[in-house]
Amino acid sequence: MAERVLTKDFELEDLCRIETYIRGGGYRAAVKALKEMTPPAILEEMKKANLRGRGGAGFPAGVKWGFVPARTNKPKYLCVNADEGEPGTFKDRYLMSHNPHLLLEGMIIASYCVGIHEAYIYIRGEYEAIAQRLEQAVAEAMAKGYLGPNLAGTGFRLDVCVHRGAGAYICGEETALLESLEGKRGHPRLKPPFPASVGLFQCPTVINNVETVCNIPFIIQHGAEAFTGLGRPQDGGTRIFGVSGPVSRPGCYELPVGTPLREIIFQHAGGMKEGKKLKAVIPGGMSAPVLREDEIDIPMDCESLAAAGSMLGSAAVIVIDQSMPVLQVLAKVAKFYAHESCGQCTPCRLGTSWILKIVQRMTSGQGRKGDVEEIARLASSIKGRTLCPLGDAAAMPILALATKFRGELEP
Amino acid sequence: MSLEISDKVRRQIEDILSRYPRREAALLPVLHCLQRERGCISPVEEQWVAERMGIKPVKVREVVSFYTMFRRKPAGKYHLQVCSNLSCSLEGGDSLLAYLEDRLGIKAGETTADNRFTLSLVECLGACDEAPCLMVNLAYHTRLSRDKIDRLIRELE
Repeated sequence: MAERVLTKDFELEDLCRIETYIRGGGYRAAVKALKEMTPPAILEEMKKANLRGRGGAGFPAGVKWGFVPARTNKPKYLCVNADEGEPGTFKDRYLMSHNPHLLLEGMIIASYCVGIHEAYIYIRGEYEAIAQRLEQAVAEAMAKGYLGPNLAGTGFRLDVCVHRGAGAYICGEETALLESLEGKRGHPRLKPPFPASVGLFQCPTVINNVETVCNIPFIIQHGAEAFTGLGRPQDGGTRIFGVSGPVSRPGCYELPVGTPLREIIFQHAGGMKEGKKLKAVIPGGMSAPVLREDEIDIPMDCESLAAAGSMLGSAAVIVIDQSMPVLQVLAKVAKFYAHESCGQCTPCRLGTSWILKIVQRMTSGQGRKGDVEEIARLASSIKGRTLCPLGDAAAMPILALATKFRGELEP
Repeated sequence: MSLEISDKVRRQIEDILSRYPRREAALLPVLHCLQRERGCISPVEEQWVAERMGIKPVKVREVVSFYTMFRRKPAGKYHLQVCSNLSCSLEGGDSLLAYLEDRLGIKAGETTADNRFTLSLVECLGACDEAPCLMVNLAYHTRLSRDKIDRLIRELE
């Protein structure tokens, strides 16, 4: 078993309690950061680690932090993106429910590095049970002095608020998350300005995914080299691969970045269920273009998947078997994006609903010659023409299905 | 506007409002809190929230109508929200939905005549490793089968 950065001690049932977490070495990285390191030294280490965002976009966290102005009169904010909504993705739920203190420890280090005193965890409203667990963890950390006015006796102040979303995929997009956190509809903002300079309440803001933040304590405790040594040189550490679909052991597997997709499915997840035969794989959540069965000998890292025309995204591996018609997959994808488009940009609002109408006609047996081309044409005209990445997230998987499985889709 | 709201919930709302540097930021948590108490956010509740927070009622309407978790009409006592996304479908979610519709005698989007059950279709709930899944109010039920659905309905009836 490879080294576990994120899921260490996950077999302990009460790891979510602060005493257990501390017994296993928890909060040592935060104390080290606060007492032995300067913010610039932490930033340097984070940049060296090249920790790439685990939410989907893969942007290096250290670089993101570096964009926040060091000197400003305004308060700065940290928002942890726990609005896990990318279909097929359940890794943040797994992390937060098992080890909420790991997330809080990462938040302490990030906040100290960037000079933040108020942090929010924006969690999807459906995760109510986990939100309560997080609130309990915050209360425990306050009681032990790891949060509040005087962290570990250093005088550094950090308050954490758990904020519940209310059911909108778009709020996982970072500027939509900010709008939502301000009490508005989750409509993405035009960028620039980027949140690092103009974010929550118009103040400089860092937004990082849960899994991204959970990697920070390891980097501070063991150094950037130990981290990069685990994965690929430009894409270090581990990823939590969440495997779903008809495999023997669906679940979360923490493995080094770059682990081959075939190994994840056939070794770790136990291969296909009896009687099921592999047809295709979506390698990084629903937005990631599908891979055919003959394309799965690929290392699971950002670059390799980009080169193959797909993306690592949230590392959610959805395994599709032969008994599932591609038209059904297309129908699920089309329905999802038509439902979740926020309606701000015309190409996305109309494009996704027109595609859905054609797909619904096809599923009712009224498919016509030329439908697949029309779907591809509509998807292409969404791509690159919207404010936020949802447009591309809808267009890319639809284009891939229409291109790679055209033979099966045509009437 | 006078509205039957318990002191406990009024205190909870005060507490929520105190947690945010700007009042409007508390809108989603306040709405969650009020919906738990009232069952939905109808125009009466919208008006109350608007007055309480010092914002226009239309601002509240904008938000309530955007997020799927806010209901503008009351649901049945048990709101069954069934995942209709891909990972659950791959594990037989669609046929379980048909079974559930049969069992309750309603279609997705409807409420039973006795106001006990509302059935809705939702997008991915983030429990794909335990597909197929659904939520009853805010509780997850996973690895569903016909047997499990039978048991669940019996317990709730």
